[in-house]
Amino acid sequence: MALYQTRIGTRGYRFDDLKAVLACASPRRSGDELAGLAADNDEQRVAARRVLAELPLRHFLDEALVPYEDDEVTRLIVDTHDTAAFAPVADLTVGEFRDWLLSYDATGAALGALAPGLTPEMVAAVSKLMRNQDLIAVAAKCRVVTAFRTTLGLPGRLGSRLQPNHPTDDPMGIAASTLDGLLFGIGDAVIGINPASDSVPDTIRLLDMLDELRQRFEIPTQSCVLAHVTTSLRAIERGAPLDLVFQSIAGSEAANRGFGIDLAVLREGLAAARSLKRGTVGDNVMYFETGQGSALSADAHHGVDQQTMEVRAYAVARAFEPLLVNTVVGFIGPEYLYDAKQIIRAGLEDHCCGKLLGLPMGVDVCYTNHAEADQDDMDTLMTLLATAGVNFVIAVPGADDVMLSYQSLSYHDVLGLRHLTARRPAPEFEAWLARIGLLDANGALPPPARDARALRQLLALNG
Amino acid sequence: MNELPPDPSPDDPRQDPFARWRTATRARIGLGRAGDALPTAALLDFQAAHSRARDAVHGRVDFDAIAAQLAGTFAAPPLRVRSRAADRAVYLRRPDLGRRVHADDLPQLQAAAAGGAGFELAFVVADGLSAAAVNAHAAPLLAQLAPRLAGWRLAPVVLASQARVALGDEVAEALGARLVAVLIGERPGLSVADSLGIYLTYAPRVGCLDAARNCISNIHADGLGYARAADTLCWLLDEARRLRLTGVALKLDAPPASLGNSGTSITSGDIGSSSHE
Repeated sequence: MALYQTRIGTRGYRFDDLKAVLACASPRRSGDELAGLAADNDEQRVAARRVLAELPLRHFLDEALVPYEDDEVTRLIVDTHDTAAFAPVADLTVGEFRDWLLSYDATGAALGALAPGLTPEMVAAVSKLMRNQDLIAVAAKCRVVTAFRTTLGLPGRLGSRLQPNHPTDDPMGIAASTLDGLLFGIGDAVIGINPASDSVPDTIRLLDMLDELRQRFEIPTQSCVLAHVTTSLRAIERGAPLDLVFQSIAGSEAANRGFGIDLAVLREGLAAARSLKRGTVGDNVMYFETGQGSALSADAHHGVDQQTMEVRAYAVARAFEPLLVNTVVGFIGPEYLYDAKQIIRAGLEDHCCGKLLGLPMGVDVCYTNHAEADQDDMDTLMTLLATAGVNFVIAVPGADDVMLSYQSLSYHDVLGLRHLTARRPAPEFEAWLARIGLLDANGALPPPARDARALRQLLALNG
Repeated sequence: MNELPPDPSPDDPRQDPFARWRTATRARIGLGRAGDALPTAALLDFQAAHSRARDAVHGRVDFDAIAAQLAGTFAAPPLRVRSRAADRAVYLRRPDLGRRVHADDLPQLQAAAAGGAGFELAFVVADGLSAAAVNAHAAPLLAQLAPRLAGWRLAPVVLASQARVALGDEVAEALGARLVAVLIGERPGLSVADSLGIYLTYAPRVGCLDAARNCISNIHADGLGYARAADTLCWLLDEARRLRLTGVALKLDAPPASLGNSGTSITSGDIGSSSHE
């Protein structure tokens, strides 16, 4: 058994096991304090990082944080580990791995080839040694391209999910928020509704409505009703026009059971959605959401810190070749991420770790009203994420989600971010925006004139 | 002028291309643009709504005023307890502490326990995440409830600060009450900052799961009214007493609208969406 100990000055530090090293090495956050796993003080936190920095990466292949016998997520991670892909970094310590990730040798191509060789625990470990700037720089080198009716993750692009939620799933209300978003060029990643009701008939009704809207205006994008995977399966059986199968996922078998899922039902979802062959430029058909704290809130964290559990959820996601994955970083509440500092850090961690594992990572840049955060903080996080090359962000009208009662980005925010950072929508969607007359000669999307054709056509829709 | 006006008139379709759409949703659509950004009026509207929500979370419940309002409603004076969360910052970080009664405040509850058959029902008024909701709605709602509960052996009302729903379990256990109804401020949104919820639990004890509770939520001026909320709770109370349970099983054959189960909702997509308490 390895000894996890170090000295800082005259004081010795010793950690009981690998879980303790990882938890104590995490930047301070309320969820780990709630779980009783966090470092007692800042010096102990750095001591844990020193121990972590000297651990060989290989060590994570030998010591499982969640037992192989008890957990199908661990079995997935171990059984699908690609030894050949791992070879280039196999002899590095975690600290050396950080240096390598930041080096000029670690090109986008090298990082892409390495992804199947990395386990989530390795990625979580190295992220704990990285500053925010490191998380941005390394993520910006990664390139993960996926496609369905649009192609996402290309250089110079920033995708957006249009989230037209309504407290009672009213079709006119949802259409209103959708049309408003389209006028801002939002929706190239997906038009995705969080339904108030998870019933099969209601889900089908919303899928029909979104599909009709998409076809009427010939919008090259995909739609999604974020119902439970089993609801989507029933909807597919009944012939609903379903593009993407959605599911919330977490980093342990027990936490996934709390969501009412296992890997087998996700495989069913993937096969069913693929069988419809609705994609035109690609067949990535899965959409996953994750968030730090979900395993702890299900009492299924196995004594592992929340950030490591989050990265384990990405190992679940990558087995299903998803079109979209996003962390709902500020949604889960201040008992997991207390304030803007913690939310911003976690958003950058989640994005970078997802990208290192080869995921098409997006972020819901968001917060609840009981967190110590506001729109100024979201401005900061979205700008950092755009710099880091985030695949997509989520937008709602005026930043106010009237169904889930939290704040995300506004349509305005995403449009402004695209113009500011010179990032455009997905190419297929961009061509549509040009066709309906919303783009100017430079490819920007200025405020439409009162009599603009797009405004007249879209808003004249009969509900 | 070729931009949408920053403050479009909601009534005149010639002025406002979104006019017909606004009636379908409370969502902030058709706000206009100042360049790419929000026009000033929309920016400040948002900040006003957010400030109300923040003030609701961080405000103080005036328990003295509520105690005074209850004087005419219940014979026994209310009891006051604190949770183990010392202040709002701790409360927000440590839900576990907000679920437990401060050790110094337990003896008075135990002393108030009735002999014999004990209390059938205890009310707990908890600040939760909206002081505004509790200040506005707790006393008037209890005033509606009291006459409907003439036949019930009621414990003294307990006023609890820095409290979460599950704190009611320990309170009821100490009082020896068969049922506990916790009136609590719900997590504020931008459109409603003063929404009150009621969580009902049969045979409450420390460690009860949320799936064992029934919830009536959305009690506020534009939501569920006091009389309707009181009727619904009384129906639930009768059923809970008859079936000797609350939670999922009670929900199954529940006729009145507005009933919900507080069990963790994991089916509607995003995670953590049940954290309204």
